Amino acid sequence: MTTAVETPLLAVRDLRVDFVGPHGPVPAVRGVDLTLRRGETLGIVGESGSGKSVTALSVLGLLPGTARVGGSVRLDGRELVGLPGRELAAIRGRRVAMVFQDPLSAFTPVYRIGDQIAEAVRVHQPVDRATARRRAAELLDLVGIPAPDRALDSFPHEFSGGMRQRAMIAMAIANEPDILLADEPTTALDVTIQAQVLDVLRTAREETGAALVLVSHDLGVIAGAADRVAVMYAGRVVETAGVDELFAAPRHPYTLGLIGALPRLDGHGGPLVPIPGAPAPMSELPPGCPFAARCPLVEERCSAAEPALSGEDGHRAACVRSAELAGRRPAPSEVYPVPELPPGPSGGDRAGRAPVLSVSGLGKTFPLLKGTVFKRKVGEVYAVDGVELDLREGETLGLVGESGSGKSTTLFELLKLGAPETGRIELLGHDTARLTRAEAQRLRAELQIVFQDPMASLDPRMPVGDIVAEPLRAQRAPREEIARRVPELLRQVGLDPEHAARYPHQFSGGQRQRISIARALAVRPKLLVLDEPVSALDVSIQAGVLNLLQQLKAELGLSYLFVSHDLSVIRHLADRVSVMYLGRTVEQGEVSAVFDHPRHPYTRALLSAVPLPDPAAERARDRILLAGDPPSPTERRTGCAFRTRCPLYAGLRDTAARELCERERPTLDDRAGVDHGLEVDHGAACHHPQ
Amino acid sequence: MLRYLTKRLGYYAALLIAAVFLAYAISASALQPRTYFDAKVPRPSAESVEHQLTSLNLNDRTPVLVRFGHWTGGLLHGDLGRTIHDTPVSDDFGRRVWVSLRLMLLGSLLGMLLGVAAGAWSAVRQYRISDRLLTVLSFVLLSTPVFLVALFLKNGAIAAKDAAGHEVVPFTGYETPGLTGGLGAHLADWALHLLLPTVSLALGGLATYSRYQRGTMLDVLGSDYLRTAEAKGLTRRRALLKHGLRTAVIPMSTMFAYSFLGIFTGAIFTETIFGWHGMGEWLIQSINEQDVNSVVAINLFTAVVVLASGFLADTLHAALDPRVRS
Repeated sequence: MTTAVETPLLAVRDLRVDFVGPHGPVPAVRGVDLTLRRGETLGIVGESGSGKSVTALSVLGLLPGTARVGGSVRLDGRELVGLPGRELAAIRGRRVAMVFQDPLSAFTPVYRIGDQIAEAVRVHQPVDRATARRRAAELLDLVGIPAPDRALDSFPHEFSGGMRQRAMIAMAIANEPDILLADEPTTALDVTIQAQVLDVLRTAREETGAALVLVSHDLGVIAGAADRVAVMYAGRVVETAGVDELFAAPRHPYTLGLIGALPRLDGHGGPLVPIPGAPAPMSELPPGCPFAARCPLVEERCSAAEPALSGEDGHRAACVRSAELAGRRPAPSEVYPVPELPPGPSGGDRAGRAPVLSVSGLGKTFPLLKGTVFKRKVGEVYAVDGVELDLREGETLGLVGESGSGKSTTLFELLKLGAPETGRIELLGHDTARLTRAEAQRLRAELQIVFQDPMASLDPRMPVGDIVAEPLRAQRAPREEIARRVPELLRQVGLDPEHAARYPHQFSGGQRQRISIARALAVRPKLLVLDEPVSALDVSIQAGVLNLLQQLKAELGLSYLFVSHDLSVIRHLADRVSVMYLGRTVEQGEVSAVFDHPRHPYTRALLSAVPLPDPAAERARDRILLAGDPPSPTERRTGCAFRTRCPLYAGLRDTAARELCERERPTLDDRAGVDHGLEVDHGAACHHPQ
Repeated sequence: MLRYLTKRLGYYAALLIAAVFLAYAISASALQPRTYFDAKVPRPSAESVEHQLTSLNLNDRTPVLVRFGHWTGGLLHGDLGRTIHDTPVSDDFGRRVWVSLRLMLLGSLLGMLLGVAAGAWSAVRQYRISDRLLTVLSFVLLSTPVFLVALFLKNGAIAAKDAAGHEVVPFTGYETPGLTGGLGAHLADWALHLLLPTVSLALGGLATYSRYQRGTMLDVLGSDYLRTAEAKGLTRRRALLKHGLRTAVIPMSTMFAYSFLGIFTGAIFTETIFGWHGMGEWLIQSINEQDVNSVVAINLFTAVVVLASGFLADTLHAALDPRVRS
């Protein structure tokens, strides 16, 4: 006999969390209901400040002392809220274990990895030191860390980010918990490493049969891993459903907007639908629906009361018009206003357009120094070791690579406007090695940069009007021109010129990035270098900035060098793409050619690692998992640098073909490929390209 | 780790040589032993002054380098030269060094240990009454010069004596003269005499260390790895001690090296106030008497002590933090 209602493994009811601050309590979670059944994966998705991490942490009572928790969290029917510390400690790590976001700071730096895992075992199980250590080695082996016995004695700083996150998972499953709480477990990692870690998380679940709560801002990660999804906004769950249902037919306009705002790897250009505005601060939420101010479907009754989560067959949404959305199933672009974007550069006659930037054979090394008083050189870091770039007027060139691939070093070499260590940089027809100081100063106005972190790259003590005017002053522009240009620039990037006297902290993240763009545009550059311009922004804000960039490019005839680790953004925005690995350009060509028919095995692996925000497509596609981490850039190997991780090389049977990879360094084959009957330039630095 | 420490030791040896040479050069040129002899009554003949200065290796007409050479030659045989009163410096040195070391070691160790404990506790109880109280107290102590603290303690001891009719806590000297009895009685007597001077030295250290420790501990309290430790199932107290304090104490080891000089400066006052015949008192005295060789000997002592505490701090740092070893 089964009882009518099965007790869920974890039941969160009306969870409320306030943080007590100097100006009174600020809510972070405002009445969250969640149910987790044995063995399932529940995805919690939301943007920063939505309360998703706080919800996960409050399950285990791990919030800081300033948090006030109300409501109920029941584990197998047992109430956890208000449980004394000692009893909670017995549950933590034993029945419910956690995997945190940043694996470097999540390990105590002074203890060995093995000891930290063994400690987790010994806290809950009466085993001796040697047994716990053996168990730790087994766990490290399970999560795929090579030579686990040696790895036990490593310190956290000796591990790479991916290895630390594997060890973190090993520690979490040490006591075979019933529930794993993973709080943004792959956010700090590169995309190929993210794919590895998600795979390990899957293995860990299969081994232990644990249910998983996966907290993430990344719809793609959620789509691939979750069974059911809860979407959070302003401290509440606004929609919850099975993963297929949620992505196919969202019933809350916010979910719909999130899906529409996300650039997709498999999609085509065209404008993204940004969600207008920004989330209201949690300390001053308006009455009624907190999303009303940004919602295209807003009605008068929305501001009257906050709608409750309602709906049948497991698909519930907190919106008064959810039934209408369920029936109509609109596409995001049918609900949200789609911005009109001017067309990009006409394709085809690329050779006829003037080159803006051409880089060939660029190299840059940093000396490795040793010694306290007398420094001596003991080696070299080959940060950039053969970069090729080709950017023409009106184009966007995407520069893609994982951390350590030399993207930033390449940018700094360009911005130096001097002679590169090796290779040649030609900017708007000038060889930068032969510039005089005056010429370099003039050329600097043609080349401007927008940095990743809009808060760190704006002087917090300068009004934004002055920030935007600064490049003009540096170029000695007359006072009248500055006075005329500043309001014009602010208007151009979608800001109110009246706000010129405000300071950066009075703007939201997306607005700050717009200020950075206005500053870069002040001196009317021809080439804009965009260094991860949207990676610090939430999806709904990011879409607006990307659309602005596209619009500005067309209006002002700019060329972009767009650096990003996010392949979906590159696919959406760029005309051409250049892929870097270990300081070298491994593939470049037109975006559609490279993304649809990658020729280099690294590009193929990189593309296959990107999760798609589409559950059906996520499950159906093949994944190429790369083994291990990129090798150290201090050694300069002969032959192909990608060889150590290359699935193609590993599968080569022919000895002569293998030797070619080991002996000779592949160069970008500059011959034009033929794609769909059209001639396109598409080169790959591989001895056996596809 | 051994390699790292050997390297540091070599580095400190080089620093020691440099420090001693500089100390010699400065004292030998700034102090004027000649005026000491010239001021003697009855005034000795110029010839005899010259003779005495030369025999004491103090003659300012010999180049500093040559005098330093003489002095170093003696040092290699364990000879620190002669005082201006023509007695061996080593005698005074040997008598006074343990008096001071006892006080300084105890004072600094006590200050550090109590300071670390108070700081960590204060951080855990941030913004509560006990934390605020400790904050106020340490700022009061930090802004009070050592000699004032020492004088307060001494006056307190005198008041206690007046009130009780007999000496409650000794406040002069480092032992009761002519004490009979076994080793136990002597140790108890020393400990009692050490009490007030040690406390006056330790209080300053306690205040400084507790401030720094509170800061580093607060950083650790918000750290992800402390949260990880709790998520593993460690109780808050165990997580705080094993993962929190253990990491937060690392920066303190560096401070330990540089605080020792402050302790010596403090000891100069405490020794004078509590009537201890230690190195501090000797330093003041020798400078007044233009006694170059004694001043250099004291400088040698402080240099060795400071560098030794630096080495100790390095050892501690390497033992506590695996990241510096590699």
